[in-house]
Amino acid sequence: MTDMAVEAAQVAQSDTPMDRARALSAFKFGDVSFYWITRLSAMCVLLILGGIIISLIVGAWPAIQEFGFSFLFTQRWAPSAQPSPVLGALGPIYGTLLTSVIAMAIAVPVGLGIAIFLTELCPMSLRRPIAMAIELLAGIPSIIYGMWGFFVLGPFLANTIEPAIIALFAPIPVLNSIFAGPASNLSLFNASLVLAIMVLPFITAISRDVFATVPPVLKESAYGMGCTTWEVARNVMIPYTRVGLIGGVMLALGRALGETMAVAFIIGNSFKITPSIFAPGTTISAAIASEFAEADGVHQSGLILLGLLLFVLTFIVLTCARLMLMRIERRQGA
Amino acid sequence: MSMSSVTLPEASVANGDDAKHPVKLAVKNLDFFYGQTRALKGINLNLYKNIVTAFIGPSGCGKSTLLRVLNRMYDLYPGQRATGEVLLDGQNVLDPKIDLNLLRARVGMVFQKPTPFPMTIYDNIAFGIKLYEALPKSEMDGRVEAALKGAALWNEVKDKLNASGLSLSGGQQQRLCIARTVAIKPEVILFDEPCSALDPISTAKVEELIDELRSQYTIAIVTHNMQQAARVSQYTAFMYLGDLVEFDDTSKIFTRPTQKQTQEYITGRFG
Repeated sequence: MTDMAVEAAQVAQSDTPMDRARALSAFKFGDVSFYWITRLSAMCVLLILGGIIISLIVGAWPAIQEFGFSFLFTQRWAPSAQPSPVLGALGPIYGTLLTSVIAMAIAVPVGLGIAIFLTELCPMSLRRPIAMAIELLAGIPSIIYGMWGFFVLGPFLANTIEPAIIALFAPIPVLNSIFAGPASNLSLFNASLVLAIMVLPFITAISRDVFATVPPVLKESAYGMGCTTWEVARNVMIPYTRVGLIGGVMLALGRALGETMAVAFIIGNSFKITPSIFAPGTTISAAIASEFAEADGVHQSGLILLGLLLFVLTFIVLTCARLMLMRIERRQGA
Repeated sequence: MSMSSVTLPEASVANGDDAKHPVKLAVKNLDFFYGQTRALKGINLNLYKNIVTAFIGPSGCGKSTLLRVLNRMYDLYPGQRATGEVLLDGQNVLDPKIDLNLLRARVGMVFQKPTPFPMTIYDNIAFGIKLYEALPKSEMDGRVEAALKGAALWNEVKDKLNASGLSLSGGQQQRLCIARTVAIKPEVILFDEPCSALDPISTAKVEELIDELRSQYTIAIVTHNMQQAARVSQYTAFMYLGDLVEFDDTSKIFTRPTQKQTQEYITGRFG
């Protein structure tokens, strides 16, 4: 009995290294396949990105050949002009940049304000309802924003707000051409406001999350020096979280640049550039959405080229944001 | 521990210290609540001008809580409240009408962990000064230098004032925080375990500094390190479970404590 037990123990002992080796080799297989699965997933991103760029370039090629660089600087958009169509992207580029800039100028301060209120000042009982309302705002489909902008905000702006602003700035030289009449339901201004509301939840949610990462003791030490909440927010919370904040703003800007449906509804689809923000205009994505269905030939190719431009524009904006971030970090020595 | 067993501060003040060291901050019948929990129970004690008062006691005894009452830091958090009186030069700090920002300028605080602000070394100091005074650049430079010298940090950072405050070592960061607190010329400085995250050499420097600061300020320090309390303070308060058990001359607390609990704590039998 004892012998057998000893023998069994010996067998078990001599088995152990082998089991371990077998287990290791099994792990190794798992490890290698895991490596390749993750690697392929990562490659997929590059492949998809490359594929999109290539197909955009291929689709846009006839338009590139036809118009070349003048596409960028031409304001006229006449797909059915004779003898050959004239297409220029200046109007949509202008509209895209202008609406995004105005939208961000409104949404960033308001979003930061909401986030600071929620993290620093808001009574506990109000925190959850406000946070939930903001998350719901993010969940509303863009077509609904478009309809609201078309049926509610547009008429309200055209009948009440815009005439007042036009009258206010009428005597001031430069401003009177920026805020020039006639007031219109469908305008760059209307689109900018709707965009601001649409990107607000992104900015608020992200800045609230990054503000929550500020160590309480850091805030306390600022309050401990007698800072007001505003001073703590401006001098401690915002600098401490700037990387996250800029990330959130960029995400929002990306959405504003590319937002299609809501803008197509309310911007008026005019390719003509006017200095007034109360005039109708168009954006790249709105132009594509409203014309793609009935376009063919060079016209269609021109729309694809517009899409490629939007792609490049977004890329440039994101690159600038990265560079800005790097510069801030170098200057702060952090 | 009942109220009757508390050694009242008046007992030690009666020995003539009163004349030499006027009372700067008087705590009277102070109770403090985290929601329903009573964290401080009827505290009575004085902080004297130009005296370092140490608060010792096991974790959770309420010493940090007491410190956070003195500059109303607890106000940042809902559900925390204090009753009783804390008189700073006779003015009740707990009065809801008091200007909190001005109070905190008069009662500065240094925290357990170094908390440099995310800005340059220079701005870390200048920031606080700018809150209260608008100074021309040259004068501001002087104030920053004076504050850094006051915190024994000037020689180490004078060539890199534009580097981030976060680039300093832990001990330097803590002295930067002290410099920042000193720069706005407070009257009382509260140290909440200022050396708990520092190595022995930095600790020695900070202790030395606290001793030097005593000549100009009223100082309170919370510490877990009893040697530190013995080294830096002139008065020591021993707290246990929200009670002030004993408050007296530091030398007396560490050599002839009157309470059994104090004796057991300082000899390391509990806590």
